Amino acid sequence: MFKAARKGFLYTVSGLSACYCTLRFIGGIGRCEDVSMEPAIQHGDVVLISPIHVDYKKLQKGDVVFCRAPKNSSSVICKRLMGMEGDTVFNNEKGFEEYVGRGQVWLEGDNQEASIDSRSYGQLPYGLLLSKVCFRIWPLHRVGPISFPERRTTAKEKAQTKTEAKVSS
Amino acid sequence: MARWIKHMIKGAIMFVPSYVAFTDIFYAVRTVDGVSMQPTLNAEGNNTDFVLLNRWAASSMQFERGEVVSLVSPKDPSQWLIKRVVALEGDRLKFGYFNESVDIPKGHCWVEGDNRQCSMDSNNFGPVSLGLITAKASRVLWPPRRWGRLEKQEPDHDRLTPCEQVERGKMFFGWELE
Repeated sequence: MFKAARKGFLYTVSGLSACYCTLRFIGGIGRCEDVSMEPAIQHGDVVLISPIHVDYKKLQKGDVVFCRAPKNSSSVICKRLMGMEGDTVFNNEKGFEEYVGRGQVWLEGDNQEASIDSRSYGQLPYGLLLSKVCFRIWPLHRVGPISFPERRTTAKEKAQTKTEAKVSS
Repeated sequence: MARWIKHMIKGAIMFVPSYVAFTDIFYAVRTVDGVSMQPTLNAEGNNTDFVLLNRWAASSMQFERGEVVSLVSPKDPSQWLIKRVVALEGDRLKFGYFNESVDIPKGHCWVEGDNRQCSMDSNNFGPVSLGLITAKASRVLWPPRRWGRLEKQEPDHDRLTPCEQVERGKMFFGWELE
């Protein structure tokens, strides 16, 4: 009787911790509650996330990532990785180019009007990244990998066209 | 013999995830390397100290001035630092050779090693986000001579103005005057 109870307890503990390890280190699902990544990810989408890409530094420019908010460490933000260390990015909110330093990343939302991101609070340390967003699984009619926005005018071009328009007017 | 091996594999399969989950959620033991926390840690200069990291206490992200914490280095994500929290959000602190004044932004803190002369800390990289802090260091486990709690250390008040006493600009029709 006792032996069976002990065995059951041990199996439960190890099963639960195996679940925890899988979700924490290998991959799980997450829900995005944010409009800053529209149209790639909309409010309430469920996605597959993979912390492996962050832990083993397999991230590339253009990936969508979950990141701890720098000003409020209990909340999570979902942004697109626009610059890794050593890159130069154009900050179109402040209007000048910035160099992304060692161990830092540059995050921006696709929905540039509604997103509060690196353009306003600067580059973030890599250690704040949590996981890469790999695949959208809900809603069903939009199941699929998360695409790069097709031919988005880059921030630099936008600023240039703006200045040109100003000059011509 | 075969049965013995089978038992061992089964034990490992059951034990390893539990161990990893336990060190990730509750407590972990790590060695300290570097001299940045002398004389509190590594007082002899060789990397022999073991500390107990309390991750559970850090998960609520509530820290106090003077606590020893472990954090991921903001300059290099694979590096692990152990430092003392000197100032929390809203505090005003003087630092460096020229006594520059800095206001700690929201959600950030200022960390420093006890050995200020050779420590890679906020004096180099500025305030760090609380999200980078992984654990509170609560005890020294080894060497046995220094076994015991890591005490909080009161910050020196000629450098630090706590956030309640910082004189901010007065509010004037909703505009903040500097």
